[in-house]
Amino acid sequence: MSPAALRVREMVAKELRQLFRDVRTRGMMFVAPVVQLVVFGYAVNSDIRDTPTIVVDRDRTVESRALLDAFTASGYFEIVAIAETPAAIVAALDHGHAMVGLEIPPGFARDLAAGRATVQIVMDGTQSDAATTAQGYAQRITRAFARDRVTGGVTPAGPDLRLRAWYNPNLESRVYNVPGVIAIVILLMALLLTSLAVVREREIGTLDQLRVSPLRPGELILGKTLPVGLIALADLALISAIAVFWFEIPLRGSPVVLLPGAILYILAGLGFGLLISTVSNTQQEAFMAMFLFLLPAIILSGFFYPISSMPLAFQHLTLLNPVRHFLGIVRAVFLKGEGYATLWPQFVALTALASASLGVAVWRFARREARGD
Amino acid sequence: MNVHRLLAVARKEAIQLRRDPRSLALAFALPLALVLFFGYAISFDVKNIELGVLDESRSTASRALIEAFVGSGYFTVATRLDRLDDAGAVLGGRRATLVLVIPPDFAEHLAAGRPAPLQALLDGSDASTASIAQNYADAVVAQFSTTHAAGAGGRALPLDSRIRIWYNETLQSRNMVVPGLVAVIMSIIAAMLTALTIAREWERGTMEQLAATPVHRLEVVLGKLLPYVVIGLVDVALAVVAGVFVFGVPFRGSVLLLAGLTLLFLLGVLGLGMFISAAVKSQLLATQAAILTTYLPALLLSGFVFAIASMPAALRGITYVVPARYYVAVTKGIFLKGVGVDVLWVDAVAMIVFASAGIALAVAAFRKELA
Repeated sequence: MSPAALRVREMVAKELRQLFRDVRTRGMMFVAPVVQLVVFGYAVNSDIRDTPTIVVDRDRTVESRALLDAFTASGYFEIVAIAETPAAIVAALDHGHAMVGLEIPPGFARDLAAGRATVQIVMDGTQSDAATTAQGYAQRITRAFARDRVTGGVTPAGPDLRLRAWYNPNLESRVYNVPGVIAIVILLMALLLTSLAVVREREIGTLDQLRVSPLRPGELILGKTLPVGLIALADLALISAIAVFWFEIPLRGSPVVLLPGAILYILAGLGFGLLISTVSNTQQEAFMAMFLFLLPAIILSGFFYPISSMPLAFQHLTLLNPVRHFLGIVRAVFLKGEGYATLWPQFVALTALASASLGVAVWRFARREARGD
Repeated sequence: MNVHRLLAVARKEAIQLRRDPRSLALAFALPLALVLFFGYAISFDVKNIELGVLDESRSTASRALIEAFVGSGYFTVATRLDRLDDAGAVLGGRRATLVLVIPPDFAEHLAAGRPAPLQALLDGSDASTASIAQNYADAVVAQFSTTHAAGAGGRALPLDSRIRIWYNETLQSRNMVVPGLVAVIMSIIAAMLTALTIAREWERGTMEQLAATPVHRLEVVLGKLLPYVVIGLVDVALAVVAGVFVFGVPFRGSVLLLAGLTLLFLLGVLGLGMFISAAVKSQLLATQAAILTTYLPALLLSGFVFAIASMPAALRGITYVVPARYYVAVTKGIFLKGVGVDVLWVDAVAMIVFASAGIALAVAAFRKELA
């Protein structure tokens, strides 16, 4: 073993001892990610199922009940209240007790027979994405209901669209979102463990002790990075197992693709964390810088807002976001079973981001050391 | 409790804040900058869904159908396929969200007045986008049937659904994002502002000086909170003005009610941040605890993105201890619905409980240090 490798090994051993010594830090490293994945794994559900619906049926005929049945049988709407007056719909939507109000006017059955029936549907647009989808479902249900009245259930003349969803036939949003939670929990861990690392040693004075040791700047950074990288990798394996076995997220692709992607992603995360740590003068500054980095990293990752809906300038900006690239890899490997053939751009981007952030962190640290401040 | 001593602590904290102009500027500029930044960036509006087309019919009818998809404004033809076997590669490589397969006999069936099957293959991995694409595709085909199949014996449907959207008539995601964003950003910023204030005094050794003075611990906590409450109120005011005047988000409720409820919310989250700071004593741990307890819960458990109603019961229970939950309801209610105290009193009560608990916890944690 070369002297440099020996020095790094000693440094890694020291860092690991330091990280494992404090029970609160141990909890943060291994308990927090698991708790976060379980809690947020259940939270990230944007399925439109059982949308709370309030109904005012002013016709009370076989036909009006058949229409209500069509709504509930679809599974997209659930009748939570039946009211007498349209005013009740206003109150229910104002209070948020229902998201949809369905009003069947008097004479519905008669008008239906005459071919000119209407129903009034009101929706709470404050959750615009859910309302858009629910609106589409409501239209489909009434259309199918009307068509069946005309043809008596026989497939009518004209185009007959058959929809089939691949990879996720039941269109469960959780399957898509849990891999996103994995990516964010790991990033959070990597940043929490590194962004205060150097600045803290500087503030409490232990950096001077490291300075008089024979460690070179690059070796010092490596010694700081390696242990956190190993811990993050262990966390990733742990929570991926929970995703697969607990949340039953299908892992269709190969772990052989996932692992190098994960290593590059963790390196990039550590790189950004160290960068924050080396440019900050105080822990408070590092804290603020971390806040500033995390929010865009999460929001501009495509986790819950599709990148393709962003303005073009922001779409370009997301190319600098390691979460975006790792999400691309995780989702494609988990759900579609894709490999390097389609995912190479993400790997190239992550490699570039990891080497750039780590490189700049080492360079800044070395320059600062050379100047002796 | 002595108001003079409380104000003295507040003045001392304000002076300290003023001496650090960089942090102070950040505290004022950050929320506004974030609301502007994300207000522009975030959009749920699904437009330009990428369509893959496999036209085996190659007829006037099939071209008219493709034209109908494009003409709807929701789809753009991203790629044309030659064989059905290519669909996997197209969907897998994200080159299209939906592949429309028009079989060879489509035009004949349509002309003969028979059902003419069409296939649409969706990339279901992103369930939200897929559901929307599904509905749009269905609507386009339904529209196409009434216009084109009418000549071939089609009839207008006997039922018309009139859908009206309330509160956000044009279904713009920005109207939903901006009020929610104000709530999420403020709960994160508030924790950041106070999480370090006591831990810092402790690490720098100024805590002993504070302990030596006759101030009561409640006066210390409230006095330290006061400047941050003022900053927080200014932050929210700036963000609201930006939302209304830059993004054109409707503001239908009462400004006064929003101000009052914002005050309650700020007292709660700032108190909570101070509690963390007093409880862990170290800046490193305070940072980690503040981020773990505010960041992702405010984003994911507040109802900002993911509806609380769709969460399992146990998790819904957890959301009751996330203060952002109440404030998201308040901002959306006041901005978009224009509702008043008659609707929001539940959230107001919850935030009063929160504010009292936050301050009480901070005071309790503070006592231990002084003893």
